[in-house]
Amino acid sequence: MNNCTERLYNGIIKENPTFVLMLGMCPTLAVTTSAINGLGMGLSTTAVLVLSNLMISLLRKVIPDSLRIPAFIVVVASFVTMVQFLMEGFVPSLYASLGIYIPLIVVNCIILGRAESYASKNPPLPSIFDGIGMGLGFTVGLTAIGIVREVIGAGKAFGFQLLPLADSATGKAGYVPVTIFILAPGAFLVLAGLTALQNKVKNNAKKKGKKATETVGCGEGCASCTNSACGGKIFPTGNEKE
Amino acid sequence: MGELLIIAIGSALVNNVVLSQFLGICPFLGVSKKVETAAGMGGAVVFVITIASFVSGVVYKFILANKAILGGKLVYLQTIVFILVIACLVQFVEMFLKKSMPALYQSLGVYLPLITTNCAVLGVALTNVQKEYSLLSGVVNGIGTSVGFLIAIVILAGIREKMEYNDISESFQGTPIVLITAALMAIAFFGFSGLI
Repeated sequence: MNNCTERLYNGIIKENPTFVLMLGMCPTLAVTTSAINGLGMGLSTTAVLVLSNLMISLLRKVIPDSLRIPAFIVVVASFVTMVQFLMEGFVPSLYASLGIYIPLIVVNCIILGRAESYASKNPPLPSIFDGIGMGLGFTVGLTAIGIVREVIGAGKAFGFQLLPLADSATGKAGYVPVTIFILAPGAFLVLAGLTALQNKVKNNAKKKGKKATETVGCGEGCASCTNSACGGKIFPTGNEKE
Repeated sequence: MGELLIIAIGSALVNNVVLSQFLGICPFLGVSKKVETAAGMGGAVVFVITIASFVSGVVYKFILANKAILGGKLVYLQTIVFILVIACLVQFVEMFLKKSMPALYQSLGVYLPLITTNCAVLGVALTNVQKEYSLLSGVVNGIGTSVGFLIAIVILAGIREKMEYNDISESFQGTPIVLITAALMAIAFFGFSGLI
């Protein structure tokens, strides 16, 4: 059981997919226009991640090594389809605001990455906890970015008005929302600030002589991504460098 | 014809795939250090998305939504089918280019495997279905989207080449300054929003 809590800690803090690994950047940028959207996206990704980790872990001895990536994709895509229909049925407003990004969970690096690097090598129970940890880490990341963007861009958090807005008609003083933060450029700006902060922490650690944790992920570009599932070949052609 | 033009301009400039829809961020940030490689990647994306939007359109129209096959009830399989079709397609394109057009393969080959997990490809296929585009409009939408990607990545690479000589504060070196550049580009692309 100790192993399971360690997986949770690892996913949420040590290898947080958004802040540390920089995986799954497309949904991170696209759906974090408000805290509630970030939370919804994070939780639906968590659901897919837990289910696909469980399934892949159960099937890990059955799936032949050369066909594992297509097999993983089929498993992930099936669960994504299920989650998509459940959301359409039960939370139609969230489904409408997340739109095309729900089916695109299939190509989220985090899911194939965890399948490849953890679930395909470990028994079901730790794999479930790995999925929960990573998923919650992703959820925390998305919600945090969502809150920042929503507060700056609209003076709200989770739809509640935190900062009273200024009203030019009545001359009431108050907060003037910086709308650009809930539009597309705001996503890039918030993420830029975030990665700069992360760089600062890393540089400080380096100056103190500590060994900085290696980051693997799409933040450094696909080519450097060590994960064969993300940026790698789907079907092995047999002439890779590996 | 006018309608097709609107779709093309809309997907290339107004709703730019990277700067306003955030699809394909990974290659956008990763392969944009030099204009040459960025153009290569952009070219490969145009090539694959054009073919993929046609093939996925055909698969959707004639197999999944075909009334003759289970009364068109297979539509719910679209996500699974599209991702597999795209993965196979990229592999086939790679093998075909390697065998018959070695010169083109030399320039595009390295980028092809990276494209499979580029969410823009799947994104276009799904948008085409969502907006109920006809086969032709779907392909035009695909070309427009991928040309938009090409424009964005080449501009970013050009700026990054110039930026190499700039003095950037330590924390902002690397990815952060690229993201800020992208933010400014996204603001600039808002200028196109009145176009259609």
